[in-house]
Amino acid sequence: MSIEVKNINKRFGNFVALENVNVSIPTGQLTALLGPSGGGKTTLLRIIAGLESADSGSVEIEGTDATQLPVQKRNVGFVFQHYAAFKHMSVAKNIAFGLEIRKRPKDEIKDRVAELLELVHLEQFGHRLPSQLSGGQRQRMALARALAVEPSVLLLDEPFGALDAKVRKELRDWLRRLHDEVHVTTVFVTHDQEEALEVSDEIVVINEGRVEQVGSPDTLYDSPANDFVMSFLGPTTILDGTLYRPHDIDVFTHPGIEGSIPARIVRELRVGFEVRLTVELLDADHEEVTVTVTRAHQRSLGLSDGIDVWLSPTHAAAAVPVP
Amino acid sequence: MSTPVQEGRTGLSRPTLLNHNLTVSTGIGLGISMLWFSLLVLIPLSAVIAAAAAGGWTEFWRTITNEQTAAAIKLTVFSAVGVTVVNVVAGTMIAWVLVRDRFPGKGLLELIIDIPFALPTIVAGLVLLSLYGVDSPLGLNFANTGKSVFLAFLFVTLPFVVRMVQPVLEELDEDVEEAAASLGANRFTIFRRIILPSLAPAIAAGAALSFARAVGEYGSLVLLSGNLPFKSEVTSVRILSAIENDNRAGAASIATLLLVISLAVIIVLDLVQRKVARRG
Amino acid sequence: MASPRKGRKGTVTYVLRLFVITYLLLLVAWPVALVVTNTFEGGTASLTGIFDDPDLVHALQLSATAAVVATVINTVFGVVVSLLLVRYQFPGKRILSALIDLPLSVSPIVVGLALLLVYAGRDGWFGPTLEGWGFQVIFATPGIIMATAFVSLPLVIREVVPVLQEIGTEQEQAASSLGASGWQTFWRITLPSIKWAVVYGIVLTLARSLGEFGAVKVVSGNVLGETRTTTLAVEEKYLNFDQQGAYALSFLLASVSVLAIVVVFIIRARVARHASAEGAAS
Repeated sequence: MSIEVKNINKRFGNFVALENVNVSIPTGQLTALLGPSGGGKTTLLRIIAGLESADSGSVEIEGTDATQLPVQKRNVGFVFQHYAAFKHMSVAKNIAFGLEIRKRPKDEIKDRVAELLELVHLEQFGHRLPSQLSGGQRQRMALARALAVEPSVLLLDEPFGALDAKVRKELRDWLRRLHDEVHVTTVFVTHDQEEALEVSDEIVVINEGRVEQVGSPDTLYDSPANDFVMSFLGPTTILDGTLYRPHDIDVFTHPGIEGSIPARIVRELRVGFEVRLTVELLDADHEEVTVTVTRAHQRSLGLSDGIDVWLSPTHAAAAVPVP
Repeated sequence: MSTPVQEGRTGLSRPTLLNHNLTVSTGIGLGISMLWFSLLVLIPLSAVIAAAAAGGWTEFWRTITNEQTAAAIKLTVFSAVGVTVVNVVAGTMIAWVLVRDRFPGKGLLELIIDIPFALPTIVAGLVLLSLYGVDSPLGLNFANTGKSVFLAFLFVTLPFVVRMVQPVLEELDEDVEEAAASLGANRFTIFRRIILPSLAPAIAAGAALSFARAVGEYGSLVLLSGNLPFKSEVTSVRILSAIENDNRAGAASIATLLLVISLAVIIVLDLVQRKVARRG
Repeated sequence: MASPRKGRKGTVTYVLRLFVITYLLLLVAWPVALVVTNTFEGGTASLTGIFDDPDLVHALQLSATAAVVATVINTVFGVVVSLLLVRYQFPGKRILSALIDLPLSVSPIVVGLALLLVYAGRDGWFGPTLEGWGFQVIFATPGIIMATAFVSLPLVIREVVPVLQEIGTEQEQAASSLGASGWQTFWRITLPSIKWAVVYGIVLTLARSLGEFGAVKVVSGNVLGETRTTTLAVEEKYLNFDQQGAYALSFLLASVSVLAIVVVFIIRARVARHASAEGAAS
């Protein structure tokens, strides 16, 4: 394990930011800290970096106890949401900063900066000022700056949060490929479940200062530990007192399957290739259930407003009882 | 700080409206404003330069190299440079304490900083005499000496660097300093390599203003310095004596020298501001 | 440990704090306090004495008149020029925006000389003509007003320009789109948003105008009971060994200055609170 976080507690005044948090972050992996805003994930990342101190508990990085080490001595790379560019320095100077602090020979710095500029595809921009770069380029510069010192762990705080949707997607794919190339242990904070599912090897779900679940994206999606994890990772709907994914509910036009529940389609909304059906149960409560089917499926069954249907969860559906 | 009119520097200014051409009413507004500005500032200042130029270069040179005048200019410029250096250091330190430190009574310091701006200069002289004059409770009698010139300059220029640096320091992003720390920089290195370069334009602007103000200072010295030739007489006093002796050409020559310094300061400020705008 | 800003206070913090407090105490606070105690050394007699001397009352009135007139002129001029500089494009704009600050860095004596050379009744550029029309500038109230207006010219502009830039033009565009004319937009949208900057500029201008000394000394002629302003009276009193009188007048002027700073301080806090409240709401 590259990072061991043990029994961390942190309060800001009366607000409990982290409560007895224990996390092990595996070496060489890309781990996401996922959760809603204000849930404590950024605080945890900053405690790992040494930018914030915990009230109690310990942080171990690469086998050494880092709890009392100042940020300068932890050898971590940190990337900020708003880039934290050194505005008065050129892009190359920004990247060289950590190496200059470490008093590396000039030639070595020069070579290393050139190498990193290439890695982040900013070869042409070394002499520019950060203000002359786009947001995505600035964040790549910040990443190169953090990587320059060959950190034992790379920590990213909502690294794509300040970018446009399109750039965010590009940069996210790029980060995944970069990580496959560089293999540095990486932890990034995000509140975007799609980002976490797409990019990371492992996800730590954090909510209200506690770890809700740790696992691979598949594990989390297929076997959520509780209703919070399930609903945070994607859309859900309630059928028969149980939480399901809307695409995990089968729709039949005949009451064939045992235990299937009769209902009536009350609304349909087409979004690209999928169709979201709002279905009202024909029981006393008239509960509404959301079901997602493909466009082709909808056509073949002739599903539309007012049609009577029977609902049944699919065979291996992820399900969590509603508390 | 020269009035910061920079198009497109902030994302808020809309270039479309900035390029608004003048309408009739704004044209009249511009016309009247320019007329007033010319009558009040531009024509009178041109008259100073014209009066200095009327005597020719040799006359101008003879006036400003007159022994007593040259001594006054030397005292003024040296004191102004010295005061500016002190302001650069002390002003930055004061701004730092006002922004980064927390302690009871800090609000009072904020008020004190502005007093030299608001106090009439003649009163400033009297104020300084009370602590640094003949009756000094500290036993420091600077009255009628060259030191009094330095002291008066120091007083009247106190707010310039502080008030230029303070807002810039407040706006500095905390995460930039954290980024430097995460790359291994200690506090001193962060200050020297990250904070100081960000403050440099503001410090330079404050220094330029403080130098310009000191070079032209008059009011605070009247009661304090005694205006002793070769000892505590400054350039402004020389100009005033020339005016009082009805030697307006001579006065204009020395005044032109001061105007050149003022203009140089304006240019420095403009350049500094363009540099900052480029940094974004 | 912890962020570089939030770390525990080290020795450096305390040394800096001590230095700054000592520096400001010795340079400003103590001397100012001494003027206050000196004023009241003999009770309030010297202060009330000011109002018994008709020449001093006249000086106070003259100072107030010049300051108010100069402030009115500079406020109107300042708002108009700020709008032109921020909202419009015209040839010479860059030069104007640089020159507008010139009065702040010109020596008051040079200001006086400059006005003298143009408006002196006997040999100025325009002086004899104006005198021919029966309008005396130098050694009269108009000259005092002009000198005062000159030295405080940029103060309103320096406050208003940044605010105009920051508020942008969206609200003005919205008003226009709702049918407001240029004037209506100015009165109902633009002016309310720059209100505090204007007030702030006015207070600074007023304080600066009341205290002007050098430029006024050159152009006023300093005639007792006619063109002697309050600051000139301070000099006269002190040089005539009436220290108590000088202290009393200084105290009066200093009180106005400190009052001005306090007003500015309150406005600033108010505007800051306003801004942060808005920031929290958005």
